[in-house]
Amino acid sequence: MKQLAIVSGKGGTGKTTLTAAFAALADNAVMADCDVDAADLHLILAPEIGERHSFAGGLTATIDSEACVICGQCREMCRFDAIDETFTVDAAACEGCGVCYDVCPAGAVTLTNEVAGEWYVSSTRFGPMVHAALNVAQENSGKLVAQVRQRAREIAEADGRELIIIDGSPGIGCPVISSLTGVDAVLVCTEPTLSGQHDLERVLELAAHFDVPALVCVNKADLAPDMTEAIVAHSEEKGARFVGTIPYDETVVAAMIAARALSEHEPSPAREAVEEIWRTVRQILNGEA
Amino acid sequence: MIVSIASGKGGTGKTTVAINLLRVAPGEAVYADCDVEEPNGRLFLRPEIAGEYTCTVPLPVVDYTKCTFCGRCREACRFNAIAVLPKSVMIFQELCHGCGACVMACPERAISERERPIGKVSHGTSGNAGFVEGLLNVGEAMSPPVIRQVRRHVGRDGLVLIDAPPGTSCPVIAAVNNTDFCLLVTEPTPFGLHDLKLAVAMVRALGLPHAVAINRAGLGDRGVHDYCAAEGIEILAEIPNDRRIAEAYAHGRTAVEELPELRPLFEKLLRAIGERIAARGAA
Repeated sequence: MKQLAIVSGKGGTGKTTLTAAFAALADNAVMADCDVDAADLHLILAPEIGERHSFAGGLTATIDSEACVICGQCREMCRFDAIDETFTVDAAACEGCGVCYDVCPAGAVTLTNEVAGEWYVSSTRFGPMVHAALNVAQENSGKLVAQVRQRAREIAEADGRELIIIDGSPGIGCPVISSLTGVDAVLVCTEPTLSGQHDLERVLELAAHFDVPALVCVNKADLAPDMTEAIVAHSEEKGARFVGTIPYDETVVAAMIAARALSEHEPSPAREAVEEIWRTVRQILNGEA
Repeated sequence: MIVSIASGKGGTGKTTVAINLLRVAPGEAVYADCDVEEPNGRLFLRPEIAGEYTCTVPLPVVDYTKCTFCGRCREACRFNAIAVLPKSVMIFQELCHGCGACVMACPERAISERERPIGKVSHGTSGNAGFVEGLLNVGEAMSPPVIRQVRRHVGRDGLVLIDAPPGTSCPVIAAVNNTDFCLLVTEPTPFGLHDLKLAVAMVRALGLPHAVAINRAGLGDRGVHDYCAAEGIEILAEIPNDRRIAEAYAHGRTAVEELPELRPLFEKLLRAIGERIAARGAA
């Protein structure tokens, strides 16, 4: 069983469009939406939820103003500036470390463990899908990603599925690290802009840091052909494999509005390009190229 | 006044909006790049860097001449970042939040802290404007400490434009929490709308005044407009879907400098934000 993660560094370059198209093209895959912060894959894959699990988040402190003796120790010891001068906890700033609870001489602090999100096992027209929704203003998204990936692996093993396709999130922080560690290849979908190039570079460094083979494709390549050329040359220098370009094509948005994967939608230049990239990626994963 | 620019979905145009607002700002203004995983403002603003410094988080260090392996530090750590073995104490630095609970819990005072670098903050100027940027080291998982350092660096004087990271979880919260106004940039597509709803839920949970700017207006469908109308969220600007803007962006050029006819759009947007903050202050 192989695992392919699709990431981008910069957001909005076409990760989910690519993942959805690959889901439609693969015949024996499990899909894992690991962009748990802003998951969009379900908008195209229309999963029917089979299992629903809650995900426990970190702790949050509250201070009982009746019991509080206004000694100020919690404010002094909190390193996250989460307690204001009225001894009210800013839940968004609180990291749940419990230092305030530990120092309070009056027992005025309570720590509560909240539900941070949910994760689901679903069926789609392309096969099983594991996905999640993190509640707003929550942390631990890396942990939730790990949970989604673990379940996707269990399903793949139980069902004899050959491939797990992971839709990653933008950036290079905790959810991205959690999405790409231990995969067989990471496909970076970028765009021909200075920002795209800069962000690609940092993701390629991240992939190298975790020893994951990297593949690169450029979306909307014809928007700035000079930048596309520079990105291709640069990726190969960094040891990544270039696997193709996708032209700017308004069909991509039309397919999204129709809630169809690009490869299910009417023939278009972008669809053809994505299918070509899929063939290349599959050959690489199977060790045939 | 501090204006944060966020989005939910990535790649909708946060940086585009932030740098163009900076370029039309009449008075003292600072651009603060809080997308520390992938900061891009520098590519457009080409700042002269006056200085930079390392951003660190505290990491516990155990003095084995004092440690009795009692396990209190492990019990105190709510992040499961400490394992106590018969003859050693393991600290998992990627799980450590640097809260200091273990230091407080140790009855032998065997735990001290060293500063572990996780990124850096650069500051300087771009034209008349100030520039501050946070950069997370590659391989580091936790960006909020770097974001908080950028926030401390810029303070609250003049106009501060905060370029936030995408998403709705802890890095975004660190960037937008306690700002005076949060502008949500979206694109008029189903993905843009879905992630806008998440971003709206986030700013509502934080109690932040907010409004929407639509980028690439004319692309996609009317879903974002219908949603904003139904929810009573103002749309303060619509930036047209124009290939020339995309090409300027691709090469690191600012839209209002390349296409001066766009200036009034961003001037009006900045004024509208200022009016909403002022009205709130008066109320």
